[in-house]
Amino acid sequence: MYKDTIAAISTAVSASGIGIIRLSGSQALEIADRIYRSKVNKKLQNVPTHTIHYGYIYDNDEVVDEVLVMVMREPRTFTGEDTVEIDCHGGIYAMKKVLDTVLRNGARIAEPGEFTKRAFLNGRLDLSQAEAVMDIIQSKNRYALRNSIQQLKGSVKIRIEEIRKIILHEIAYIESALDDPEHISLDGYGEHLRETVEEQQKGIQRLLSTVSNGKIIQEGIRTVILGKPNAGKSSLLNVLVGEDRAIVTEIAGTTRDVLEEYIHFGGAALKIVDTAGIRDTSDIVESIGVDKAKEQAERADFILYVVDGSVPLDENDYHIIDMIQDRQAVVLLNKMDLPAKVQAKQLEGLTGKTVISVSARNESGFDKLESCISSMFFQGKLDLPEDIYITNLRHQGLLEDALESLRQVEVSLDAGMPEDFYSIDLMNAYEALGSILGEAVDEDVIHEIFENFCVGK
Amino acid sequence: MSRLVREYQVVVVGAGHAGCEAGLACARLGLNTILFTVSVDSIALMPCNPNIGGSSKGHLVRDLDALGGEMGKNIDATFIQSKMLNKSKGPAVHSLRAQADKQAYSNRMRKMLEETKNLTVKQGEVAKLLVEDGEIKGIVTYSGATYLSQAVILCTGTYLKARCIYGDVSSNTGPNGLQAANHLTDSLKELGIEVLRFKTGTPARMDGNTIDYEKMERQVGDERIRPFSFSTKVEEVQKEQVSCWLTYTNEKTHEIIRQNLDRSPLYSGMIEGTGPRYCPSIEDKVVRFSDKNRHQVFIEPEGLYTTEMYVGGMSSSLPEDVQFQMYRTVPGLENAEIVRNAYAIEYDCINPRQLNPTLEFKSIKGLFSAGQFNGSSGYEEAAAQGLIAGINASMKILGKKMVTLDRSESYIGVLIDDLVTKENKEPYRMMTSRAEYRLLLRQDNADLRLREIGYEVGLVDEKDYAYVLWKKEKIQKEILRVEKKNIGVSNEVQDFLRENNSALLKSGVTLADLIRRPELNYDMLKKLDEDRPELPWDVTEQVNIHIKYEGYINRQERQVLQFKKLEEKILPEDINYEDVPNLRNEARQKLNLYKPVSLGQASRISGVSPSDISVLMIHLMAK
Repeated sequence: MYKDTIAAISTAVSASGIGIIRLSGSQALEIADRIYRSKVNKKLQNVPTHTIHYGYIYDNDEVVDEVLVMVMREPRTFTGEDTVEIDCHGGIYAMKKVLDTVLRNGARIAEPGEFTKRAFLNGRLDLSQAEAVMDIIQSKNRYALRNSIQQLKGSVKIRIEEIRKIILHEIAYIESALDDPEHISLDGYGEHLRETVEEQQKGIQRLLSTVSNGKIIQEGIRTVILGKPNAGKSSLLNVLVGEDRAIVTEIAGTTRDVLEEYIHFGGAALKIVDTAGIRDTSDIVESIGVDKAKEQAERADFILYVVDGSVPLDENDYHIIDMIQDRQAVVLLNKMDLPAKVQAKQLEGLTGKTVISVSARNESGFDKLESCISSMFFQGKLDLPEDIYITNLRHQGLLEDALESLRQVEVSLDAGMPEDFYSIDLMNAYEALGSILGEAVDEDVIHEIFENFCVGK
Repeated sequence: MSRLVREYQVVVVGAGHAGCEAGLACARLGLNTILFTVSVDSIALMPCNPNIGGSSKGHLVRDLDALGGEMGKNIDATFIQSKMLNKSKGPAVHSLRAQADKQAYSNRMRKMLEETKNLTVKQGEVAKLLVEDGEIKGIVTYSGATYLSQAVILCTGTYLKARCIYGDVSSNTGPNGLQAANHLTDSLKELGIEVLRFKTGTPARMDGNTIDYEKMERQVGDERIRPFSFSTKVEEVQKEQVSCWLTYTNEKTHEIIRQNLDRSPLYSGMIEGTGPRYCPSIEDKVVRFSDKNRHQVFIEPEGLYTTEMYVGGMSSSLPEDVQFQMYRTVPGLENAEIVRNAYAIEYDCINPRQLNPTLEFKSIKGLFSAGQFNGSSGYEEAAAQGLIAGINASMKILGKKMVTLDRSESYIGVLIDDLVTKENKEPYRMMTSRAEYRLLLRQDNADLRLREIGYEVGLVDEKDYAYVLWKKEKIQKEILRVEKKNIGVSNEVQDFLRENNSALLKSGVTLADLIRRPELNYDMLKKLDEDRPELPWDVTEQVNIHIKYEGYINRQERQVLQFKKLEEKILPEDINYEDVPNLRNEARQKLNLYKPVSLGQASRISGVSPSDISVLMIHLMAK
């Protein structure tokens, strides 16, 4: 279904427990009315603009949260569209539940920067505001793109691609028959399509059930450990994942032999990647080359850079220092149990990052690392959980859109609509699934028609 | 040596389907116009298929007609069979196609050009463009005459450096053995215009007297014919029609083709141009769809003036002897004599990304182009562009705002936007699947969508425009009435529903509710609608479609609102994308190459992502 009303949590998801869910779009009030109830049965669609209302958000008959709702009609709103803000009080859980409910009632999750984009399109933004949000759009865009595609599990991606391929084939079949009715007939096609659509709906439903378990994407702050040979990366990894400090899960990755380790450290979930490389060779830079290490570093959300404090800095170190320039990183000055050849002050000056002296052998200094990660996390420097959550919601929303579109195909089939209407909804499903993979549609249908159907004079 | 020097306001190069529309539009808008053709005997020639319209192409003709073009009227006057395609499907894909009498079509158009005020037709080859400071000044012909002008419209079709090929035979001629235009390409290249080489093909023509029609299936036209033009009265086009014929290739045909593939210029590398995938030669079909043991062949008359028949579905560039054998394996063609051999044709055209959506060159002011020269294919695609190029050349000279149709208002908009925005690696053919808002861009409502634009431009007269205004009002009124009209549960109503296999009523509904049922429609329900006003069929047709498909139509209309917002954000001409921070490199290169006119167009360029669009938006504000 086509949804033009967007929603998002417009305050940071934090432990403070107070947050605002913002809706914007032509159906904002209508959607809010579906889930909002007041003591006097007030309808938000009937209240004056720029007013605040007390009441409850309901998910069917269950109360989700006690809220204040602010109703603002276009055009005097941030986006220039009808806007509803739901002020939640019930903590993070309730806030997410409210957002969930809003999304299930006709809104879709906002893309990064989308409120601002709408404000701009509707002429509601002045220059200073635009510049202020510029950086956010930039970083969020980069982030969302990387996140939503890379964090998608390989198996989920393959499944979505399979479903898309089948849908595309059906669209191309219908379209080729429309473009060349004298060559390609649609007699009896409806029954075939019904079977296909039912089957693909089941496929999407299975995917959706994995979303609600949170298994569609792999959560955690993508962390890479960098350091020259013998700096102590593998002992560091052992300290981090070993014993009772960490909860360890080991799962086979989606590519080659890359292994990932999950640890909860300082209140943050870290996903340490390419642990196989660290363990087997104990030497990232040397074994996989500078380029590869650089690529690893670029894809990481967080870098742990291990320096061997017992020997002077060498070329490898300068390479790494270069790589981590604009990244979220912490420098670990290892081997503080040995005579020091590198000073923490010197490293701080070179890297501009926090430097923590540790000894992996004695397992000392790690309490400092823990509190450092913890504070980065709570200052929002490592703000992954929210984004992961949003990515997840976005995927879920798109899968639901695809499912709904396929249902619409069945509705059209039942209603005896002409065949060209089937392809409209099939196309919507195809696009929704494509958005999960970050793929644009472009000329897919045209190519598919030419590839598989013999049309033309 | 002294040479002829003349002065006109507009020079049109080529008198094919694009050139005729361009020339007529300019002259009708009052500009002194000269139209060049290599042969005045081949004006509006149909060198390939003998028909106008067909799926999505029929839409183009309707759109063109609503804007004040000539093609629709020309085919209405000269068709010999007519058919509405896809009638069993939704209204968005109904498409009109008419078989033309080729000679009559060509003659009528020639007469129209000759009788139009301000329009001069001239035989001659244009060899050079005169450009000063990025502005067009006129042209020079091969004979050395200079024609100064304020605008030039290039509609050279398949004639530029044309080469026709079958087997190992090739000749440097245009279609139908006509003289090619061999000099203009060099002038274009000197001006820095990127030139591509495309290819297309046509099947053989047979002597109808040697065809055995008994072995073929007869294909007849519609009983009730609908005209192409909104200005043509329905009664005027009801006439005797000719038949077309359907037959099939078979394994024997395919065997002959396979055995001789090595002699095809396509496979031997003799042809270098890029051919269209949608219009494959029979040898292409046999190779690419080897699992199919037969392909359809349509035998269509070339006109009433001749017994020559077009062999649709079997275009080829195989050698003459192979063609002879191959065609004779087809049932009904066993003894057929070939009048004209099938051939492939290669020609120069431009990369259309060098054009603005107005069809004016970005780098040369006053230079416009249309048709196959722009990398499209088909008579209708050419005519549509010709009209727009003609309108815009005129608007420019008259100092008025140029016309750009967008993707949400016309198939012509889709066509031109695709041409100037997407990478085209083959001749571009219109298809309904290219129009994302096709539910709104129906052939039945082209007048409601475009008459007003045609009127403002000056190509649609008061009477036609007044009719559309009247029609719009009637449609709206009737929709309102039907939505309010209550139908109660009575014996008469239930009987009616039973008779029409429709579910009986449990309680009262509106008339609109009943129209929405797939098995019913507006006309059928007349019986239950005693206070129905007298309305013409083209009004009630709109009412029926609007009510039946309301949900879908409203949805697309909402999408269009979003689409328009990006379309309306204009990108300045002088923007240098190297200076825009935060764009990705790929986007930067593509944007500099295409120089899109709006954010909307930018968003459709492959390689430009949504985040690049956000970056551009903010940059625009900061400027």
